[in-house]
Amino acid sequence: MSAPSATAKVERVFREEYGRAVAVLVRVFGDIGIAEEAIQDAFAEALRRWRSAGPPPSPAGWIITTARNRAIDRLRREASRADRHAQAALLHAADEPPEEGPVRDDRLRLVFTCCHPALAPAARVALTLRLVGGLTTAEIARAFLVPEPTMAQRLVRAKGKIRDARIPYRIPKDADLPDRLKAVLAVVYLIFNEGYVAGSGDRLIREDLCAEAIRLGRLLAQLMPDEPEVMGLLALMLLIESRRAARTGPGGSLVPLAEQDRGRWDRDLVAEGQDLVRRCLRRDRPGPHQIQAAINAVHSDAPDAEATDWGQILRLYDLHLALAPSPIVALNRAVAVAEVEGPGPALALVDGLDLDRHHVYHAIRADLLRRLGRTAEAAEAYEAAITRTENTVERDFLRRRLRALAT
Amino acid sequence: MKQYMLSVYQPDGAPPPSVDLEKIMNEVEAWRQEVKDAGEWVFTGRLHAPGTATVVRLRDDEMLITDGPFIEGKEHIGGFTIVQVADLDAALDWAEKFIRIAGLPVEVRPLLDED
Repeated sequence: MSAPSATAKVERVFREEYGRAVAVLVRVFGDIGIAEEAIQDAFAEALRRWRSAGPPPSPAGWIITTARNRAIDRLRREASRADRHAQAALLHAADEPPEEGPVRDDRLRLVFTCCHPALAPAARVALTLRLVGGLTTAEIARAFLVPEPTMAQRLVRAKGKIRDARIPYRIPKDADLPDRLKAVLAVVYLIFNEGYVAGSGDRLIREDLCAEAIRLGRLLAQLMPDEPEVMGLLALMLLIESRRAARTGPGGSLVPLAEQDRGRWDRDLVAEGQDLVRRCLRRDRPGPHQIQAAINAVHSDAPDAEATDWGQILRLYDLHLALAPSPIVALNRAVAVAEVEGPGPALALVDGLDLDRHHVYHAIRADLLRRLGRTAEAAEAYEAAITRTENTVERDFLRRRLRALAT
Repeated sequence: MKQYMLSVYQPDGAPPPSVDLEKIMNEVEAWRQEVKDAGEWVFTGRLHAPGTATVVRLRDDEMLITDGPFIEGKEHIGGFTIVQVADLDAALDWAEKFIRIAGLPVEVRPLLDED
């Protein structure tokens, strides 16, 4: 085996198996720092060994076993120097079965630890990408447009809190599970949205974040097959992702849903997303992510914008508003009302919402006013939307709309 | 097991007349008994108003004594309980039960391990 391909192989295993290895070793040693250090050692060893001997039949198993043995050797040396931390970790390891056994549970525990509400939201995102997703600190820093030392500091601080405050490494008890699961799904969706927002930061890396969020979504769906909201979130991300190629025009400009070339939608992702939505419907335990996925599935069904079943979308928004009322949901519902009942009734709904800070609110108002022929007011609303968005691609889109009013 | 300090933050001054203090104190007492029955109670300290506090500090080799709390604010620590539990989630559970009774925010903070 040649050297570059062995390196590539180790890197692939590293990325794919990092979360699994961390999860097992955190359980064994009860400490994230020890687990991470041991895995780094094992991957360094893998790079040396696999180059000459080729990778073993089960690379992940090899990494976990090697990491565990290395850590125990090191902890024994440190424990003999009366290091209490090392002694505690060794004692912990003695009680834990070394095999990979319930890896499923191990990884789920790690997800719940990383997304614990006692951690700041930005720290939850960073920890999840680092420990579960196996991204490097540098990669996470680039994706979130912060300097690497800042991201490193954020991770160190979060891991310190997990250790010092003893944030548990386990699946929450039933009473806490709904809220904790919501927090986990929020982290995954935050990662996805960070990658989805067009035009800010390095585009390639941002798209990686979407892929990473979908990978996490697939993992969660595999770990928690009985949670329809997990399935709903995965479906939602797949359906949004399916439109990536159609969503940007020449020069990176934003193409709204109604004007997209639907032939450029990724049919495989659409089919997978729609299949998940159908499975959610059969469960009949609706939640916000499932409903948003279902709304996107209705859009995906329409061969062109005119064929969109807005009545169905409006019914889904009614359900969404009943389950999880929020002004943002009411705003999106108004868009469906405009298609079903006309821009007049929609504008009446929109004007009753307290969303002045949000550029989307003004953009939707502007569009409704334009359709009602109230051009001067529409122009004002576009201006309000433009001053409130920091995203250059969206701002360019709104400026084009504003210019089009005059013609 | 790990120890946590649950500090209760309350607004300065007397509680509004709508608050049934006696009922709350009885329920807090029942809460404390529940922590004790679970074998997870270590210590409770209830504090006088911050106006009763005195701060002592050293300035140029001279001991300086001043009236009032170290930090002036709109809220102060009204009291604290130390619990000994398995992990943060268990400490948060006790805090949540307390908040449902008293309606006041609680800071949950781990104690350094002493051994």
